[in-house]
Amino acid sequence: MITVGIDMGAKTTKVAILRDGQVLARGLTPTGFDQQEAAEKALAEALGQAGLQKSDVARIFVTGVGRQQASFANGALTEVAADAKGSLLLNRDLRTVIDVGAEEGRAIKCTAEGKVADFAINEKCAAGAGSFVEAMSRALEVPLEKMGEMSLRSKNAVAMNAQCTVFAESEVVSLVHAKTPKEDIVRALHDAIANRIVSMARRVGVQETVGLIGGVAYNVGFVDALRRCLEVGSVWVPPEPEYVGAIGAAVAAAEAA
Amino acid sequence: MAQEFWRWKEYNWHDPNECWKNAKMLTAGVDVGSVSTQAVVMADGELCAFASMRTGSDSPDSARKAMEWALKDTDMKLEQIRYVVGTGYGRVNVPFAHRSITEIACHARGANFMYGSSVRTVLDMGGQDCKAIRCDEKGKVSAFLMNDKCAAGTGRGMEVFADLLSVPLQEIGDLSFQVEKEPPPVSSTCVVFAKTEAVGLLRKGWPKNDVLAAYCSAMAHRVYTLLERLGVEKDFGITGGIAKNSGVVKRLKNEMGLEPLTPRYDPQIAGAVGAALFGRTLALKEAPVQ
Repeated sequence: MITVGIDMGAKTTKVAILRDGQVLARGLTPTGFDQQEAAEKALAEALGQAGLQKSDVARIFVTGVGRQQASFANGALTEVAADAKGSLLLNRDLRTVIDVGAEEGRAIKCTAEGKVADFAINEKCAAGAGSFVEAMSRALEVPLEKMGEMSLRSKNAVAMNAQCTVFAESEVVSLVHAKTPKEDIVRALHDAIANRIVSMARRVGVQETVGLIGGVAYNVGFVDALRRCLEVGSVWVPPEPEYVGAIGAAVAAAEAA
Repeated sequence: MAQEFWRWKEYNWHDPNECWKNAKMLTAGVDVGSVSTQAVVMADGELCAFASMRTGSDSPDSARKAMEWALKDTDMKLEQIRYVVGTGYGRVNVPFAHRSITEIACHARGANFMYGSSVRTVLDMGGQDCKAIRCDEKGKVSAFLMNDKCAAGTGRGMEVFADLLSVPLQEIGDLSFQVEKEPPPVSSTCVVFAKTEAVGLLRKGWPKNDVLAAYCSAMAHRVYTLLERLGVEKDFGITGGIAKNSGVVKRLKNEMGLEPLTPRYDPQIAGAVGAALFGRTLALKEAPVQ
Protein backbone atom coordinates (compact mmCIF):
# COMPACT_ATOMS: atom_id res chain seq x y z
CA MET A 1 0.00 0.00 0.00
CA ILE A 2 1.26 3.43 -0.91
CA THR A 3 0.61 6.31 1.48
CA VAL A 4 1.63 9.96 1.52
CA GLY A 5 2.54 12.20 4.44
CA ILE A 6 2.64 15.99 4.12
CA ASP A 7 4.29 18.18 6.76
CA MET A 8 3.07 21.74 6.29
CA GLY A 9 5.69 23.69 8.17
CA ALA A 10 6.07 27.39 8.83
CA LYS A 11 8.83 27.78 6.30
CA THR A 12 8.81 24.66 4.11
CA THR A 13 6.30 22.00 3.13
CA LYS A 14 7.63 18.46 2.99
CA VAL A 15 6.15 15.35 1.37
CA ALA A 16 7.13 11.71 1.85
CA ILE A 17 5.76 8.74 -0.10
CA LEU A 18 5.84 5.43 1.75
CA ARG A 19 5.24 1.89 0.55
CA ASP A 20 5.30 -0.96 3.06
CA GLY A 21 7.56 0.95 5.44
CA GLN A 22 10.01 2.13 2.75
CA VAL A 23 10.39 5.76 1.69
CA LEU A 24 9.90 5.86 -2.10
CA ALA A 25 10.32 9.58 -2.73
CA ARG A 26 10.37 13.02 -1.14
CA GLY A 27 9.31 16.51 -2.16
CA LEU A 28 9.92 19.95 -0.64
CA THR A 29 8.79 23.44 -1.44
CA PRO A 30 8.81 26.79 0.41
CA THR A 31 5.46 27.24 2.16
CA GLY A 32 5.07 30.89 1.22
CA PHE A 33 1.67 32.41 1.96
CA ASP A 34 -0.58 29.80 0.31
CA GLN A 35 -0.28 26.58 2.28
CA GLN A 36 -2.65 24.55 0.10
CA GLU A 37 -0.73 25.48 -3.02
CA ALA A 38 2.61 24.61 -1.43
CA ALA A 39 1.28 21.20 -0.36
CA GLU A 40 0.06 20.42 -3.86
CA LYS A 41 3.35 21.51 -5.40
CA ALA A 42 5.48 19.41 -3.04
CA LEU A 43 3.18 16.43 -3.59
CA ALA A 44 3.45 16.73 -7.37
CA GLU A 45 7.24 16.83 -7.05
CA ALA A 46 7.36 13.69 -4.92
CA LEU A 47 4.91 11.79 -7.15
CA GLY A 48 6.94 12.73 -10.19
CA GLN A 49 10.10 11.47 -8.52
CA ALA A 50 8.43 8.14 -7.69
CA GLY A 51 6.82 7.84 -11.12
CA LEU A 52 3.35 7.66 -9.53
CA GLN A 53 -0.06 9.29 -9.92
CA LYS A 54 -2.25 10.63 -7.15
CA SER A 55 -4.63 7.74 -7.86
CA ASP A 56 -1.91 5.25 -6.86
CA VAL A 57 -1.99 6.65 -3.35
CA ALA A 58 -4.27 4.92 -0.85
CA ARG A 59 -4.32 7.64 1.79
CA ILE A 60 -2.83 11.09 2.48
CA PHE A 61 -2.23 12.31 6.04
CA VAL A 62 -1.08 15.79 6.98
CA THR A 63 0.74 17.35 9.89
CA GLY A 64 2.43 20.68 10.58
CA VAL A 65 1.21 24.12 11.54
CA GLY A 66 -0.67 24.52 8.25
CA ARG A 67 -2.46 21.17 8.31
CA GLN A 68 -5.96 22.66 8.54
CA GLN A 69 -5.45 24.12 5.05
CA ALA A 70 -5.05 20.83 3.18
CA SER A 71 -8.49 20.10 1.78
CA PHE A 72 -7.42 16.91 0.00
CA ALA A 73 -6.08 15.09 3.10
CA ASN A 74 -7.74 11.94 4.46
CA GLY A 75 -6.53 12.54 7.99
CA ALA A 76 -4.30 14.65 10.20
CA LEU A 77 -2.09 14.25 13.23
CA THR A 78 -0.05 16.53 15.46
CA GLU A 79 3.59 17.29 14.67
CA VAL A 80 4.66 15.63 17.88
CA ALA A 81 2.90 12.36 16.96
CA ALA A 82 4.25 12.51 13.42
CA ASP A 83 7.80 13.14 14.63
CA ALA A 84 7.61 10.13 16.97
CA LYS A 85 6.25 7.78 14.32
CA GLY A 86 8.68 8.90 11.64
CA SER A 87 11.69 8.75 13.93
CA LEU A 88 10.98 5.27 15.24
CA LEU A 89 10.45 3.95 11.72
CA LEU A 90 13.97 5.07 10.86
CA ASN A 91 15.61 4.07 14.13
CA ARG A 92 13.94 1.71 16.61
CA ASP A 93 16.38 2.62 19.42
CA LEU A 94 15.36 6.25 19.77
CA ARG A 95 13.80 7.22 23.07
CA THR A 96 14.23 11.01 22.92
CA VAL A 97 13.56 12.90 19.72
CA ILE A 98 14.52 16.54 19.39
CA ASP A 99 13.00 18.38 16.43
CA VAL A 100 14.33 21.85 15.62
CA GLY A 101 12.51 23.46 12.73
CA ALA A 102 12.37 26.98 11.36
CA GLU A 103 10.04 28.36 14.01
CA GLU A 104 9.44 25.61 16.55
CA GLY A 105 11.55 23.44 18.79
CA ARG A 106 10.20 20.20 20.27
CA ALA A 107 11.48 17.54 22.62
CA ILE A 108 9.62 14.24 22.54
CA LYS A 109 9.90 11.25 24.80
CA CYS A 110 9.02 8.10 22.82
CA THR A 111 8.15 4.55 23.63
CA ALA A 112 9.59 1.60 21.69
CA GLU A 113 6.31 1.43 19.74
CA GLY A 114 6.69 4.99 18.47
CA LYS A 115 4.12 6.47 20.81
CA VAL A 116 4.51 9.80 22.55
CA ALA A 117 5.10 9.44 26.29
CA ASP A 118 5.72 13.14 26.96
CA PHE A 119 6.71 16.25 25.07
CA ALA A 120 7.71 19.91 25.41
CA ILE A 121 7.34 22.60 22.77
CA ASN A 122 8.72 26.04 22.18
CA GLU A 123 6.65 27.91 19.64
CA LYS A 124 6.78 31.35 21.25
CA CYS A 125 10.41 32.34 21.04
CA ALA A 126 12.51 32.63 17.91
CA ALA A 127 15.72 31.98 19.85
CA GLY A 128 14.80 28.33 20.29
CA ALA A 129 14.45 27.50 16.59
CA GLY A 130 16.09 27.80 13.19
CA SER A 131 15.06 31.44 12.92
CA PHE A 132 17.80 32.18 15.45
CA VAL A 133 20.57 30.66 13.36
CA GLU A 134 19.26 32.42 10.25
CA ALA A 135 19.17 35.81 11.95
CA MET A 136 22.71 35.31 13.24
CA SER A 137 23.96 34.27 9.81
CA ARG A 138 22.60 37.58 8.49
CA ALA A 139 24.11 39.60 11.34
CA LEU A 140 27.52 37.98 10.79
CA GLU A 141 27.29 38.00 7.00
CA VAL A 142 28.16 34.31 6.93
CA PRO A 143 26.15 32.06 4.57
CA LEU A 144 23.79 29.85 6.53
CA GLU A 145 25.25 26.62 5.18
CA LYS A 146 28.75 27.66 6.34
CA MET A 147 27.73 28.42 9.94
CA GLY A 148 28.09 24.84 11.18
CA GLU A 149 31.55 24.03 9.86
CA MET A 150 32.79 27.47 10.93
CA SER A 151 31.80 26.86 14.52
CA LEU A 152 33.77 23.61 14.59
CA ARG A 153 36.94 25.60 13.81
CA SER A 154 36.59 27.73 16.94
CA LYS A 155 39.45 27.63 19.41
CA ASN A 156 37.89 29.71 22.21
CA ALA A 157 34.66 29.65 24.12
CA VAL A 158 33.19 33.16 24.20
CA ALA A 159 30.37 34.12 26.56
CA MET A 160 27.08 35.29 25.10
CA ASN A 161 24.63 37.09 27.36
CA ALA A 162 21.65 37.60 25.14
CA GLN A 163 18.82 35.08 25.27
CA CYS A 164 16.75 36.84 22.62
CA THR A 165 17.38 36.76 18.87
CA VAL A 166 16.96 40.55 18.58
CA PHE A 167 19.44 41.25 21.40
CA ALA A 168 21.85 38.59 20.20
CA GLU A 169 22.06 40.39 16.85
CA SER A 170 23.28 43.53 18.66
CA GLU A 171 25.64 41.49 20.80
CA VAL A 172 27.10 39.80 17.73
CA VAL A 173 27.73 43.18 16.11
CA SER A 174 29.53 44.35 19.29
CA LEU A 175 31.66 41.20 19.32
CA VAL A 176 32.62 41.71 15.69
CA HIS A 177 33.56 45.35 16.48
CA ALA A 178 35.70 44.06 19.35
CA LYS A 179 37.53 41.89 16.79
CA THR A 180 36.34 38.57 18.22
CA PRO A 181 37.06 35.86 15.59
CA LYS A 182 33.88 34.91 13.75
CA GLU A 183 34.53 31.20 14.39
CA ASP A 184 34.33 31.83 18.13
CA ILE A 185 31.16 33.91 17.81
CA VAL A 186 29.47 31.24 15.70
CA ARG A 187 30.42 28.55 18.18
CA ALA A 188 29.03 30.64 21.05
CA LEU A 189 25.78 31.05 19.13
CA HIS A 190 25.43 27.32 18.56
CA ASP A 191 26.18 26.63 22.22
CA ALA A 192 23.53 29.18 23.21
CA ILE A 193 20.74 27.66 21.15
CA ALA A 194 21.81 24.12 22.10
CA ASN A 195 21.57 25.15 25.76
CA ARG A 196 18.05 26.39 25.30
CA ILE A 197 16.96 23.25 23.44
CA VAL A 198 18.53 21.00 26.08
CA SER A 199 16.77 22.88 28.91
CA MET A 200 13.54 22.14 27.11
CA ALA A 201 14.52 18.49 26.56
CA ARG A 202 15.37 17.99 30.23
CA ARG A 203 11.76 18.89 31.06
CA VAL A 204 10.67 15.58 29.52
CA GLY A 205 13.76 13.70 30.64
CA VAL A 206 16.57 12.73 28.28
CA GLN A 207 16.95 9.03 27.57
CA GLU A 208 19.33 7.55 25.02
CA THR A 209 19.33 6.97 22.14
CA VAL A 210 18.76 10.64 21.33
CA GLY A 211 17.74 11.61 17.80
CA LEU A 212 17.79 15.04 16.18
CA ILE A 213 15.47 15.87 13.29
CA GLY A 214 14.25 18.97 11.49
CA GLY A 215 16.13 21.27 9.14
CA VAL A 216 18.55 22.59 11.76
CA ALA A 217 19.98 19.06 12.05
CA TYR A 218 21.96 19.81 8.88
CA ASN A 219 24.02 22.21 10.95
CA VAL A 220 27.05 20.17 12.11
CA GLY A 221 27.99 22.89 14.59
CA PHE A 222 24.60 22.68 16.24
CA VAL A 223 24.71 18.88 16.35
CA ASP A 224 28.11 19.04 18.05
CA ALA A 225 26.92 21.67 20.54
CA LEU A 226 23.81 19.62 21.29
CA ARG A 227 25.84 16.48 21.89
CA ARG A 228 28.15 18.31 24.31
CA CYS A 229 25.26 19.99 26.12
CA LEU A 230 23.35 16.74 26.52
CA GLU A 231 26.54 15.01 27.68
CA VAL A 232 25.88 11.98 25.50
CA GLY A 233 28.33 10.07 23.32
CA SER A 234 26.45 10.74 20.15
CA VAL A 235 23.25 12.17 18.71
CA TRP A 236 21.62 10.22 15.87
CA VAL A 237 20.74 12.29 12.83
CA PRO A 238 18.97 10.74 9.79
CA PRO A 239 20.31 11.52 6.30
CA GLU A 240 17.46 13.91 5.37
CA PRO A 241 16.28 15.15 8.76
CA GLU A 242 13.61 17.60 7.62
CA TYR A 243 11.38 14.86 6.17
CA VAL A 244 10.82 12.86 9.34
CA GLY A 245 7.54 14.59 10.18
CA ALA A 246 6.17 13.87 6.71
CA ILE A 247 7.37 10.25 6.96
CA GLY A 248 5.55 9.95 10.28
CA ALA A 249 2.37 11.25 8.70
CA ALA A 250 2.69 8.65 5.94
CA VAL A 251 3.16 5.96 8.63
CA ALA A 252 -0.01 7.15 10.35
CA ALA A 253 -1.83 6.99 7.01
CA ALA A 254 -0.73 3.37 6.57
CA GLU A 255 -1.78 2.48 10.12
CA ALA A 256 -5.28 3.91 9.62
CA ALA A 257 -6.56 0.75 8.01
CA MET B 1 21.58 57.41 1.02
CA ALA B 2 18.94 55.04 2.37
CA GLN B 3 16.89 56.47 5.20
CA GLU B 4 17.32 54.71 8.54
CA PHE B 5 13.78 54.62 9.87
CA TRP B 6 14.72 53.13 13.17
CA ARG B 7 17.13 55.95 14.00
CA TRP B 8 15.40 58.25 16.47
CA LYS B 9 16.50 61.84 16.86
CA GLU B 10 19.36 62.59 19.24
CA TYR B 11 19.16 65.92 21.06
CA ASN B 12 20.42 68.16 23.81
CA TRP B 13 18.71 70.85 25.91
CA HIS B 14 19.65 73.46 28.48
CA ASP B 15 17.68 75.82 30.69
CA PRO B 16 17.32 79.14 28.82
CA ASN B 17 17.46 80.90 32.20
CA GLU B 18 20.88 79.34 32.88
CA CYS B 19 19.92 78.15 36.36
CA TRP B 20 23.41 76.78 36.89
CA LYS B 21 24.87 80.25 37.23
CA ASN B 22 23.62 80.80 40.76
CA ALA B 23 23.69 77.20 41.85
CA LYS B 24 25.35 76.14 45.11
CA MET B 25 26.03 72.64 43.77
CA LEU B 26 25.98 70.94 40.40
CA THR B 27 25.52 67.20 40.14
CA ALA B 28 25.17 64.92 37.13
CA GLY B 29 23.76 61.53 36.23
CA VAL B 30 24.78 59.45 33.23
CA ASP B 31 22.53 56.58 32.20
CA VAL B 32 24.41 54.33 29.79
CA GLY B 33 21.80 52.00 28.36
CA SER B 34 22.32 49.27 25.83
CA VAL B 35 20.58 51.37 23.19
CA SER B 36 20.74 55.00 24.35
CA THR B 37 22.79 57.13 26.72
CA GLN B 38 21.52 60.15 28.62
CA ALA B 39 23.55 62.70 30.57
CA VAL B 40 21.72 65.07 32.92
CA VAL B 41 23.07 68.04 34.88
CA MET B 42 21.15 69.37 37.86
CA ALA B 43 21.67 72.59 39.76
CA ASP B 44 20.58 72.25 43.41
CA GLY B 45 18.19 69.50 42.36
CA GLU B 46 16.71 71.37 39.39
CA LEU B 47 17.19 70.28 35.80
CA CYS B 48 19.58 72.57 33.93
CA ALA B 49 20.91 70.58 30.96
CA PHE B 50 20.76 67.17 29.32
CA ALA B 51 21.59 65.20 26.19
CA SER B 52 20.28 61.95 24.75
CA MET B 53 22.12 59.96 22.11
CA ARG B 54 22.58 56.44 20.78
CA THR B 55 25.04 54.30 22.76
CA GLY B 56 27.91 53.35 20.51
CA SER B 57 29.92 50.13 20.67
CA ASP B 58 32.24 51.80 23.21
CA SER B 59 30.47 52.54 26.52
CA PRO B 60 33.05 54.86 28.17
CA ASP B 61 33.14 56.84 24.98
CA SER B 62 29.33 57.11 24.93
CA ALA B 63 29.29 58.40 28.51
CA ARG B 64 31.88 61.02 27.71
CA LYS B 65 30.19 62.12 24.49
CA ALA B 66 26.78 62.44 26.11
CA MET B 67 28.25 64.50 28.97
CA GLU B 68 30.08 66.78 26.56
CA TRP B 69 26.96 67.30 24.53
CA ALA B 70 24.87 68.12 27.61
CA LEU B 71 27.41 70.79 28.57
CA LYS B 72 28.04 71.99 25.03
CA ASP B 73 25.77 75.02 24.71
CA THR B 74 26.32 76.08 28.29
CA ASP B 75 29.40 77.57 29.88
CA MET B 76 29.63 74.78 32.46
CA LYS B 77 32.70 72.61 32.71
CA LEU B 78 32.84 68.97 33.86
CA GLU B 79 35.20 70.02 36.69
CA GLN B 80 32.45 72.20 38.18
CA ILE B 81 30.23 69.20 38.71
CA ARG B 82 30.55 68.13 42.30
CA TYR B 83 29.25 64.58 42.02
CA VAL B 84 28.58 62.31 39.05
CA VAL B 85 26.61 59.07 39.31
CA GLY B 86 26.62 56.45 36.57
CA THR B 87 23.68 54.12 35.99
CA GLY B 88 22.29 51.79 33.37
CA TYR B 89 23.66 48.67 31.73
CA GLY B 90 27.01 50.39 31.12
CA ARG B 91 27.23 52.14 34.49
CA VAL B 92 30.65 50.75 35.32
CA ASN B 93 31.89 52.40 32.16
CA VAL B 94 31.42 56.01 33.17
CA PRO B 95 35.08 56.85 33.80
CA PHE B 96 34.36 60.25 35.40
CA ALA B 97 31.63 58.98 37.75
CA HIS B 98 32.14 59.03 41.52
CA ARG B 99 29.76 56.12 41.97
CA SER B 100 27.39 53.86 40.15
CA ILE B 101 23.85 53.04 41.23
CA THR B 102 21.45 50.49 39.73
CA GLU B 103 18.96 51.72 37.16
CA ILE B 104 15.96 50.41 39.10
CA ALA B 105 16.71 52.77 41.97
CA CYS B 106 17.52 55.63 39.60
CA HIS B 107 14.36 55.23 37.54
CA ALA B 108 12.16 55.25 40.62
CA ARG B 109 13.90 58.36 41.97
CA GLY B 110 13.78 60.02 38.55
CA ALA B 111 10.09 59.18 38.14
CA ASN B 112 9.41 60.72 41.53
CA PHE B 113 11.01 63.94 40.25
CA MET B 114 9.25 63.88 36.87
CA TYR B 115 5.83 62.88 38.10
CA GLY B 116 5.73 64.12 41.65
CA SER B 117 5.53 62.36 44.97
CA SER B 118 2.16 60.77 44.22
CA VAL B 119 3.65 58.26 41.76
CA ARG B 120 3.64 54.71 43.17
CA THR B 121 4.02 52.53 40.07
CA VAL B 122 6.59 53.18 37.36
CA LEU B 123 6.81 51.37 34.04
CA ASP B 124 10.16 51.82 32.35
CA MET B 125 10.18 50.77 28.72
CA GLY B 126 13.80 51.00 27.73
CA GLY B 127 15.90 50.06 24.76
CA GLN B 128 16.44 46.43 25.67
CA ASP B 129 14.45 45.85 28.81
CA CYS B 130 11.16 46.55 30.45
CA LYS B 131 10.74 47.15 34.17
CA ALA B 132 7.73 47.54 36.42
CA ILE B 133 8.64 49.28 39.69
CA ARG B 134 6.69 50.03 42.87
CA CYS B 135 7.94 52.93 44.97
CA ASP B 136 7.02 55.15 47.87
CA GLU B 137 6.45 58.91 48.05
CA LYS B 138 10.20 59.51 48.15
CA GLY B 139 10.86 57.43 45.06
CA LYS B 140 12.32 54.54 47.05
CA VAL B 141 11.84 51.10 45.44
CA SER B 142 9.65 48.62 47.28
CA ALA B 143 9.29 45.93 44.57
CA PHE B 144 10.05 45.39 40.91
CA LEU B 145 9.79 42.97 38.02
CA MET B 146 12.01 43.05 35.00
CA ASN B 147 12.12 41.50 31.59
CA ASP B 148 15.54 41.84 30.07
CA LYS B 149 15.59 38.55 28.19
CA CYS B 150 13.04 39.24 25.47
CA ALA B 151 12.75 42.08 22.95
CA ALA B 152 8.96 42.23 23.14
CA GLY B 153 7.86 45.51 24.71
CA THR B 154 11.28 47.11 24.32
CA GLY B 155 12.66 49.88 22.15
CA ARG B 156 14.66 47.44 20.04
CA GLY B 157 11.45 45.65 19.13
CA MET B 158 9.94 48.96 18.03
CA GLU B 159 13.07 49.78 16.00
CA VAL B 160 12.77 46.44 14.20
CA PHE B 161 9.21 47.31 13.19
CA ALA B 162 10.08 50.84 12.14
CA ASP B 163 12.72 49.36 9.89
CA LEU B 164 10.42 46.64 8.54
CA LEU B 165 7.62 49.04 7.64
CA SER B 166 9.87 51.94 6.63
CA VAL B 167 8.18 54.27 9.10
CA PRO B 168 10.26 56.75 11.15
CA LEU B 169 10.20 55.57 14.76
CA GLN B 170 8.84 58.87 16.10
CA GLU B 171 5.80 58.68 13.80
CA ILE B 172 4.68 55.17 14.74
CA GLY B 173 2.35 56.31 17.52
CA ASP B 174 0.29 58.80 15.57
CA LEU B 175 0.12 56.65 12.44
CA SER B 176 -1.12 53.67 14.44
CA PHE B 177 -4.32 55.59 15.17
CA GLN B 178 -4.95 56.57 11.57
CA VAL B 179 -6.94 53.40 10.94
CA GLU B 180 -10.59 52.84 10.08
CA LYS B 181 -11.11 50.30 12.81
CA GLU B 182 -8.76 49.14 15.55
CA PRO B 183 -7.38 45.79 14.30
CA PRO B 184 -6.75 42.78 16.56
CA PRO B 185 -3.20 42.56 17.97
CA VAL B 186 -0.58 40.40 16.24
CA SER B 187 -0.69 36.95 17.81
CA SER B 188 3.03 36.53 18.39
CA THR B 189 4.67 38.21 21.35
CA CYS B 190 8.08 37.43 19.88
CA VAL B 191 9.38 40.30 17.76
CA VAL B 192 10.95 37.95 15.22
CA PHE B 193 7.73 35.99 14.73
CA ALA B 194 5.62 39.17 14.84
CA LYS B 195 7.77 40.44 11.98
CA THR B 196 6.94 37.36 9.88
CA GLU B 197 3.29 37.76 10.82
CA ALA B 198 3.40 41.43 9.79
CA VAL B 199 4.80 40.56 6.37
CA GLY B 200 1.92 38.12 5.92
CA LEU B 201 -0.60 40.82 6.88
CA LEU B 202 0.88 43.30 4.42
CA ARG B 203 0.64 40.69 1.66
CA LYS B 204 -3.01 40.15 2.55
CA GLY B 205 -3.52 43.83 1.82
CA TRP B 206 -3.44 45.29 5.33
CA PRO B 207 -2.51 49.01 5.26
CA LYS B 208 0.76 49.86 7.04
CA ASN B 209 -1.01 51.83 9.77
CA ASP B 210 -3.15 48.80 10.62
CA VAL B 211 -0.06 46.65 10.98
CA LEU B 212 1.48 49.31 13.24
CA ALA B 213 -1.70 49.36 15.30
CA ALA B 214 -1.71 45.57 15.60
CA TYR B 215 1.90 45.55 16.76
CA CYS B 216 1.48 48.43 19.25
CA SER B 217 -1.56 46.64 20.62
CA ALA B 218 0.39 43.42 21.17
CA MET B 219 3.24 45.31 22.84
CA ALA B 220 0.86 47.22 25.11
CA HIS B 221 -0.67 43.94 26.20
CA ARG B 222 2.73 42.42 26.80
CA VAL B 223 3.81 45.19 29.19
CA TYR B 224 0.40 45.11 30.81
CA THR B 225 0.98 41.47 31.84
CA LEU B 226 4.24 42.52 33.47
CA LEU B 227 2.44 45.26 35.42
CA GLU B 228 -0.38 42.93 36.40
CA ARG B 229 2.10 40.46 37.89
CA LEU B 230 3.64 43.17 40.03
CA GLY B 231 0.37 44.80 40.98
CA VAL B 232 -0.44 48.40 40.08
CA GLU B 233 -1.06 51.14 42.64
CA LYS B 234 -1.89 54.64 41.47
CA ASP B 235 -0.52 57.02 40.50
CA PHE B 236 1.15 55.50 37.50
CA GLY B 237 3.96 56.95 35.40
CA ILE B 238 5.91 55.72 32.38
CA THR B 239 9.61 56.33 31.70
CA GLY B 240 11.98 55.34 28.93
CA GLY B 241 11.86 56.01 25.23
CA ILE B 242 8.60 54.16 24.52
CA ALA B 243 6.82 56.51 26.94
CA LYS B 244 6.89 58.84 23.93
CA ASN B 245 5.07 56.31 21.72
CA SER B 246 1.37 57.15 21.95
CA GLY B 247 0.57 53.97 20.02
CA VAL B 248 1.64 51.86 22.99
CA VAL B 249 0.85 54.30 25.81
CA LYS B 250 -2.78 54.98 24.83
CA ARG B 251 -3.53 51.30 24.29
CA LEU B 252 -1.91 50.44 27.62
CA LYS B 253 -4.03 53.10 29.31
CA ASN B 254 -7.15 51.48 27.84
CA GLU B 255 -6.19 48.04 29.07
CA MET B 256 -5.28 49.27 32.54
CA GLY B 257 -8.25 51.56 32.88
CA LEU B 258 -5.80 54.01 34.46
CA GLU B 259 -4.51 57.27 33.04
CA PRO B 260 -0.72 57.61 33.34
CA LEU B 261 0.59 60.91 34.69
CA THR B 262 1.97 63.43 32.24
CA PRO B 263 5.72 63.91 32.72
CA ARG B 264 7.28 67.28 33.48
CA TYR B 265 10.23 66.49 31.23
CA ASP B 266 11.35 64.04 28.58
CA PRO B 267 10.63 60.60 30.10
CA GLN B 268 13.71 59.13 28.47
CA ILE B 269 15.98 60.99 30.89
CA ALA B 270 14.36 59.64 34.07
CA GLY B 271 17.22 57.26 34.88
CA ALA B 272 19.88 59.94 34.53
CA VAL B 273 17.74 62.41 36.52
CA GLY B 274 17.46 59.91 39.36
CA ALA B 275 21.21 59.35 39.22
CA ALA B 276 21.89 63.10 39.40
CA LEU B 277 19.56 63.42 42.39
CA PHE B 278 21.31 60.54 44.16
CA GLY B 279 24.54 62.39 43.44
CA ARG B 280 23.19 65.42 45.26
CA THR B 281 22.12 63.37 48.28
CA LEU B 282 25.51 61.66 48.46
CA ALA B 283 27.44 64.92 48.04
CA LEU B 284 25.40 66.61 50.80
CA LYS B 285 26.09 63.69 53.14
CA GLU B 286 29.81 64.04 52.54
CA ALA B 287 29.98 67.79 52.96
CA PRO B 288 26.78 69.61 53.83
CA VAL B 289 26.46 72.87 51.90
CA GLN B 290 26.27 75.98 54.16
